[in-house]
This record gives sequence, C-alpha cells and structure tokens, in this order.
Amino acid sequence: MHELSIAQALIEQVETAASNAHALRVARVVIAVGTLSGVDAEALKFLFPLVAEGTVAAGSELSVEQVEARVTCRDCGHEMPAERMANGCATCGSKNVELSAGRELTIKTVELEVDER
Amino acid sequence: MCKDCGCGVDPNAHSHNGVVHSHEHPHGHAHTHPHEHPHEHLSAVASELRTVEIQQKILSKNDEQAERNRAWLKEHGVVAVNLISSPGTGKTYLLERTLEGLRGKVPCAVITGDQRTDNDARRLQGKGATVRQIETMNSCHLDAEQVGRLLPEVAGDGVKLLFIENVGNLVCPSAFDLGENFKIALLSTTEGEDKPVKYPTLFSSAPVAVLTKMDLVPHLDWNASACRAALRQVRPGVFIFELSAKTGFGMEAWLDYLVKLTE
Repeated sequence: MHELSIAQALIEQVETAASNAHALRVARVVIAVGTLSGVDAEALKFLFPLVAEGTVAAGSELSVEQVEARVTCRDCGHEMPAERMANGCATCGSKNVELSAGRELTIKTVELEVDER
Repeated sequence: MCKDCGCGVDPNAHSHNGVVHSHEHPHGHAHTHPHEHPHEHLSAVASELRTVEIQQKILSKNDEQAERNRAWLKEHGVVAVNLISSPGTGKTYLLERTLEGLRGKVPCAVITGDQRTDNDARRLQGKGATVRQIETMNSCHLDAEQVGRLLPEVAGDGVKLLFIENVGNLVCPSAFDLGENFKIALLSTTEGEDKPVKYPTLFSSAPVAVLTKMDLVPHLDWNASACRAALRQVRPGVFIFELSAKTGFGMEAWLDYLVKLTE
C-alpha cells in the first residue's frame, strides 16, 4: 500500500500550489498514472480524501488519467503498444525497443478557487 | 477588576487584609469604528476557479533526494544496487553468501529494509561488511530519505559496493528511486516462471535479474526457458543470472560480475 505515501506526497504538492496562488480551496486535482507506475489508481482515489481532510484540498475531486504503456523502436522511431515489446518493432522488426510511456506518476493540473480581487 | 486579587467587587477601592489600595481605571474607550465595506461584486460569488498547470512528478521530493544520494555515491566512488523481490526469494541468503565471496576482494556495505525486526542485519553481521537495518514499520518500501540518512555511516570509509536490500515486495519498492545505480530483480524458481509478466513494473525497470533457488528445479515443474522468455518479454536485453546460494551453483559468475562492477 505505497499509495498512502503517494497520496501524502500528492497532497503536499497540491498544498504548495494552493498556497502559492493564495487559493481559498482546491476544487480538483488531475494526475496521470501510467499502467507500469506500480500505482493502483483505485487505492489512490480511496486514500486521497482521507489524506486531504483538514487541508486546503479537503473535499476536492481527484481525476486520474490512465496512461497506457508504449514502447519506441530505437532504430526506426516507430511507437507501439508495450505488448509488442517481446516481438520487436512492428515496422522494422528490430528488437531494440524501449519503454517510452507507462511509468508516469505526475500531477498535471490543480483547479483552485481563488479570491477574484 | 482588581489586578492584585482578581476580584470584580468594588472596583475603585477595597481592602486586602486591611491595606486599602485604590484602583485606577483610565479606560477611555472610544469605539467609533467607522467601517467602510466597498465590496463591489460583479457576480454573487467572490471567488473564481483557476486551473494551474503543475506537470510535476508526484514523487519529485523523493526523486530529488535520490539524486542527492546518487551524487553522494558517485563522489565517494560507491556502486549501489537496489535488490527487489517478493518476500522469501532468498535476498538475504544470497547476500550472506555474496558477502562471504567478496570478503577481502571488494569492500561492501548493506542497507537492509524490513517492516519489523533486525533479523536480516544480524544474519549479515560478521562478514566484513558494514550492515544497517531500516525498520520501515508499516511501510512497504524504502524511500530515498531513509537511505540518504544512512549513507555517510554505512558507505563512507572506502566502501566500493553497496547492496540495498529492499522490503520484500514485488510492487511498491519499484516506484521509489533510492539513488542506486540500478535495480536488480530477484525471482525464485518456486514463484513460477510468469511472475515477470504478472509484475511488469519491477521486471521492466531492472536491467539485471537473478533467478534464485536453482537447486530446487528437479523438484518443480519450472521451465527455465519460459522464465527467461517472460523476463525478456517485459525487459528485452535483461542480463540474467541463474544460481543457487545454497549449493554455490552459478555463484562464481555472479561474484565475478559484482567485482567487475566496481572496477
């Protein structure tokens, strides 16, 4: 359950962003989670409100954008789904492919309620 | 109120044990409070929603500490490997045999993580390496800060090779960069050949894999080539060791490899 550490790290960053913008509260947090990040989005969604309680992010919504794992051929540059990794590049047949997406664990945007003055 | 006795009676003069003193109350309160509230709201709500771009790794704080650890290790000429596997794969036993094999050849140190007890650190004592245990309590992984705190006392003083034995767990530890040079994934023959495909997060991030408990193969329906294929499916080009720390099978190649890492 390392999702708890991740939820705590996430809330810390949201608090910093909210404080920088002098926000009254946080409405929404958008994150990207890769399928190879090792993070369970459901567990994170469950923990997020618990960790947010008592902070400026209390009551905010957590939106998770899932990022599928993809690999890129180092020889021809072709990008394809990661399941293709074992068979080599779909275009040139090269076995020289590397993971180019799927490890994301990124905070993308925060929607903040700010005093309009 | 009297400031000597705190009583609220007779505010101007009263007696304390026969001594009469007078209270002065020059409270000239002039409360005119001319409040002006020129709040001209265009809408009924005094706030608005604003979207702020962050685009930052959630674990950036851990990653920054990991980079500091990496810089420290490089500066001190230490190669660090992060050993990750499920509980019971034989990380500690392999380390026992490894420390014995490298004794006198490569100065080693170990940071070992478990939720509770210092059993592993005690098993690894007396083999010529500095060993420190991290008890993570309820946490399922080591983080860069825990490791960073221990580096100067563990890996200073001429150490060339640092083994970080992570908490036994196939998922969580792989999300936390500790500042190591690279991860080594361990997999025992009793765990089945398809673990790499089931747990691609770890096995795709480890350039080196060690298959342990090879001595048990005659007793198992375990297929070496299927296991190697599963490893390569998630990490093409992975460097694979097959060994038994118990019988010594494959240990020579493993030890040679570790010696070369530090040269």
